[in-house]
Parts: sequence; structure tokens; C-alpha cells
Amino acid sequence: MYGRGLRTLSITTVAVMAIALGLVFFYAPLEAEQGFLQKIFYVHVPLAIVALCGFVAGGLMAIQHLRTRDPRWDMRSYVAIHMSLIFAVATLITGSIWAKGSWGHWWVWSEPTLVSFLIVFLLYATYQPLRFAIEDPERQGRYASVFAILAGAFVPLNFLAVRLSTEYLHPRVLGSSSNLPAKMQLTFLVSLLGIALLYLTLCKYELTAKHTRAQLRALRRRLAGESVEGAAPRGRSAAPHLALSPSASASTPRSA
Amino acid sequence: MLAIAPALPLHEAGKYVAGAYVVLFAIVLIYVAIMAVRLSRIERELGDLLKRSERSTEAQSPPPERESTLA
Repeated sequence: MYGRGLRTLSITTVAVMAIALGLVFFYAPLEAEQGFLQKIFYVHVPLAIVALCGFVAGGLMAIQHLRTRDPRWDMRSYVAIHMSLIFAVATLITGSIWAKGSWGHWWVWSEPTLVSFLIVFLLYATYQPLRFAIEDPERQGRYASVFAILAGAFVPLNFLAVRLSTEYLHPRVLGSSSNLPAKMQLTFLVSLLGIALLYLTLCKYELTAKHTRAQLRALRRRLAGESVEGAAPRGRSAAPHLALSPSASASTPRSA
Repeated sequence: MLAIAPALPLHEAGKYVAGAYVVLFAIVLIYVAIMAVRLSRIERELGDLLKRSERSTEAQSPPPERESTLA
């Protein structure tokens, strides 16, 4: 179910990322102020944008979960936030490397963009422990969705607050103050597309793996003669319990 | 003051740029490695289930009748 189109998506991701790398190193001109160091921008900024959009998407999926009570939306929200956290770690590391090269410091506490991103990251770092702390799968999903919605709403507010702040050490990429030349803009957009596709591909891989595990568990129960419907996973887990789709259940042979 | 720092020369900036791109690829590689471990676990579990289902099929099917095979 989740694996459909995964091959095409993976190939497209690799192709777009290869094109993006080619554009970054052989097409985009050197920036006048920062020189070669500015090449980090093509990986750091798309990572940050995709991570933040992923957090917001996780919140939107959580709304769907609360509306429909369908555990598949909880799973999608969980995977979106989980993957965004990984991308956020990459953003923080690449940002620190850039800061060291550009400003001579790994971290600048007076910089609102850096600190606000760290706050968002730390906020979402509590998502997994929150899930793990709740044993009942139904309650776990509900509480996690409420958290994802509130935190998801915090992300754009936080972004706006930083934009409105006066201190502007951090270079602006998007908006009226951005003055990227056409070649740099194209390279940036292709890099952004590549990173977004990477995010989607990894999410799809994760969802496919989780769905396959759920099917395997259901098959094991069926062979053991246990009931599959509504059965909770064994042991405590932060990951949501994925209910099998009717088609998946129907396609699995029943044993007495 | 930090913003007007002069650009680093290529030989010095190169290590930072390489570092940033290596981080991205390391994260993807680590993820692929984790997926490979998960895949092998799924494969092992599927093998176990297959064996179990074969055993239960053998146990359920009646033993072959000797007379009919001799005749």
C-alpha cells in the first residue's frame, strides 16, 4: 500500500539531487562576500525549510487523525515529525559548520534565527518521549496529535517572530530582502526540490517499513490463532499502532 | 561586526563546505543502514512464519493411505 510508487520516487530523488549537486558546484557563481563557503547555503537552507514544513505537515495530519480517528493519520503524522527531527539535526549541524566558517563561532546565542530553530527542535524532541510515556495506544495517538497540532501552530508563529526581530545577522534567503542572482536562485530551487523529494522518499520508506511490520505481526497472530482486529502491539512503543487496511486483511489467508 | 567578516579563501572554506555535505550524506547513509537492518529482521521473521505455516499445514493434512499407493 505505502510502497506503491516508491521505486519511481527514489529514482527521481537521486536524479534531482545529482542535478542539484552539479548546479551547486559547476553552475552557481561564487558569492561575492562569502565566497566558496556560501555553497553550504544550498544544503542548509533547504534542510531547514523542509524540516519546518514537515513539522507543520505533521500538525495537519494530526488534525486529520483527530477528525477521522483513523490511526493511519497518526502514523503519517508520527513519521513526518520523526523525519523532520532528523532533518532538523542536519540543519543544526550544517548551520553550525557555516557559522564557524563565516563568523568564527560554532554557535551565536544572540542570533534569533539559530536560537529559535533550536527551541523548535527541542520542543519536538519531547514528542517521542511523550508518546513513549503513554501506554494505551488510543490515548497515545490522541495526546500526540494534540501536541503535534499545538507545536505545528508554534512553528509559523516562531518564524514570523524571528522575521520581525531587529537583529539581522543571519542572511535572508526568501522575501523582499533577498537579492539572489538568477543562477543562484535556480540552483537553490533545484536543491530545495531535491531535499523535499528526499524527505518524501524517506517518509515513504518509513511508512512502508512500518506497514510491513504491522502486516507481519498480524500474520504471526493469525498463524498463532489469535484475533488480529484491534490487537495492540506487544510491549510499549513510541510508534503508533498501525491498523491493517481491509484490503491487506482480506488478502491475508485465514487459518483456523 | 560578524556579518562583515571577509570571505574565507577557497582552501580554508573547502573543509567547511565538505563537512556540511558529508553530514547530509552521512545521515542518509545511516538511515539506509538502519533500513537494511530492519529489512533483514523482516526477512528473518517472514522465514520463521513460513516455516511455522509449513509445519501447521503438515500437521493438518492426513497421512497418505498405504493401500491406495500400493494398488
